[in-house]
Amino acid sequence: MVTTTAAPSKPLVKASGKPRAGMTRKRREALAAYAFLAPDTIGLLTFVAIPMVLAFGVAFFKVDGFGNYQYVGLANYKLMAGDDQLWASLRVTAIYVVTFVPIAFVVSFALAMLVRNHFKGIGWVRSAFFLPNVVSLVVVGLIWQFLLVDKRGALSKILAPFGLGDVSFLGTPSLALGTYVVISVWFLMGYQMLVFLAGLKDVPKELEDAAQIDGAGSWQRFRYVIWPLLRPTSFFVVVNSTIGAVTGLQAFDLVFVLTKGGPARATSTVVLYIYEQAFTFNNMGYAAALTTVVVAILVICTGLMFGVTRGGRFDED
Amino acid sequence: MTRIRVLPILAHVLAIIAVAPLLWILISALKPAEDVFNFGWPSTWTLDNLQYVLLKIPMPRFMLNSAIVSVTVTVIALFFHSMAAYALARLRFPGRGIIFSGIMSTLLVSLPVILVPLFLVAKQLGLLDSYAGLIVPSIFHAFGIFLLRQYYLNIPRELEEAADLDGCGYWRRYWSVILPLSRPVLASLSVLFFLANWNAFLWPLTITRNPDLRVIQLGVSGMQGQYASAWNLILAAAVIAAIPTVVVFVAGQRRLVDAMKTTGLK
Repeated sequence: MVTTTAAPSKPLVKASGKPRAGMTRKRREALAAYAFLAPDTIGLLTFVAIPMVLAFGVAFFKVDGFGNYQYVGLANYKLMAGDDQLWASLRVTAIYVVTFVPIAFVVSFALAMLVRNHFKGIGWVRSAFFLPNVVSLVVVGLIWQFLLVDKRGALSKILAPFGLGDVSFLGTPSLALGTYVVISVWFLMGYQMLVFLAGLKDVPKELEDAAQIDGAGSWQRFRYVIWPLLRPTSFFVVVNSTIGAVTGLQAFDLVFVLTKGGPARATSTVVLYIYEQAFTFNNMGYAAALTTVVVAILVICTGLMFGVTRGGRFDED
Repeated sequence: MTRIRVLPILAHVLAIIAVAPLLWILISALKPAEDVFNFGWPSTWTLDNLQYVLLKIPMPRFMLNSAIVSVTVTVIALFFHSMAAYALARLRFPGRGIIFSGIMSTLLVSLPVILVPLFLVAKQLGLLDSYAGLIVPSIFHAFGIFLLRQYYLNIPRELEEAADLDGCGYWRRYWSVILPLSRPVLASLSVLFFLANWNAFLWPLTITRNPDLRVIQLGVSGMQGQYASAWNLILAAAVIAAIPTVVVFVAGQRRLVDAMKTTGLK
């Protein structure tokens, strides 16, 4: 990767470098660039791009535990129609997305507004909101399992005076998914708060001051100054948290530790179901086919969001 | 005027509520086994749980494995990403636009999506049940390249031109000019990468069987099955797994926040 300069008056003699007099500067620059890019490009190709393409190929095979491939055409896709557990998982993920994304949005936005302006101890407050995001999802799962242990857990004791001491938050199918949503919000609110804070930094103080002088109340200042200027950030947060809710680690690690998808598959997300198909039941081909479906859903969803919002630019107003 | 005073108080109260679960775990891990569900301050403080987990369970081994993987991934990733970012930000070459958008298009791909085919690729490459299997696939991620490229675009060209006049090749310019200038952003990314890899669970779960290769998150989650209701021990393990992340966060807080903010639209 050692290259010499263009200046012929300064012949830099490199021990192993052959003279490259014939090479133009442009050519050398390009060669250097490819060399610099090679490690990461090869890595991303091998460990991201090829797997992505491979999923679409493997989807047409039946793969057994010993790694024998047998071409089965569309059989894996046909299987999906009658796979009740798959539909249950799709439903879980859908409910999770439409509850988690808006709740996390509102909570983290409110926190950002709360810690936007300086006050005593703001540093600790911001860190405190972010701290849950620092520990691993495994630890988060264990923490909440402990806090939510039936009857004896801390939350049951806090809620006992309200007559809710016997509620099993992780053991009741109708409550488990909601509990998982709340824990996810707790985990991710600090991160989204930071993204909002970064966006709020770009809202010029003068605009708000001007609005205030014109007699705008705090709600009006929010509605007509801050909110419109924050739209690109909001768009990013929504897209990012939607993708995270469907395919992020929060959709796997957390449920795996917290509930293993139960009770009665009430928290079985799509990515958890794919994992089980691949590594518990050894149906690699079927799991690959399911992967392609998730990718398709995701592409359609983000495409729709970009289409509806014109790439998050909102320049119509 | 009252509203201005109320909001900071509210913020402090909410902050305490937000960290309460973490503090509660820390306190509970220091309680004797029979006290662990007692609602309140421990009657006696004890280090027995931590001691048991560190001595009777190969927790130090798990931590060592995680440390090896996290540090190696972080160092190699910073090296590769800064090289790629330098080329994308500073050098002119045919195909730059295509390569850049190609790299960026992988940003949306997360591990759970490609897990199954990635496992098959890793298996083909003989990476199952090895440190290489834990390390190599974790290195490549477009986010770091993107962040470094943004940073390099803002370094004044004159600095590099001076090096050029001194007869430095591209490698020297990258190594002696650009890299030293990118210390702040490299520090931010190293905090981020270390945390992500220390906290990694799904990939190690998928790629390793050998107990000697178990990383900390696997070790901790494994406690669930083995010590089903010995919550004092499970919590002690969880605390041990969480301490390095909290320490790294507190030490590198500002750096981490800088990097996180850039994930936004900047």
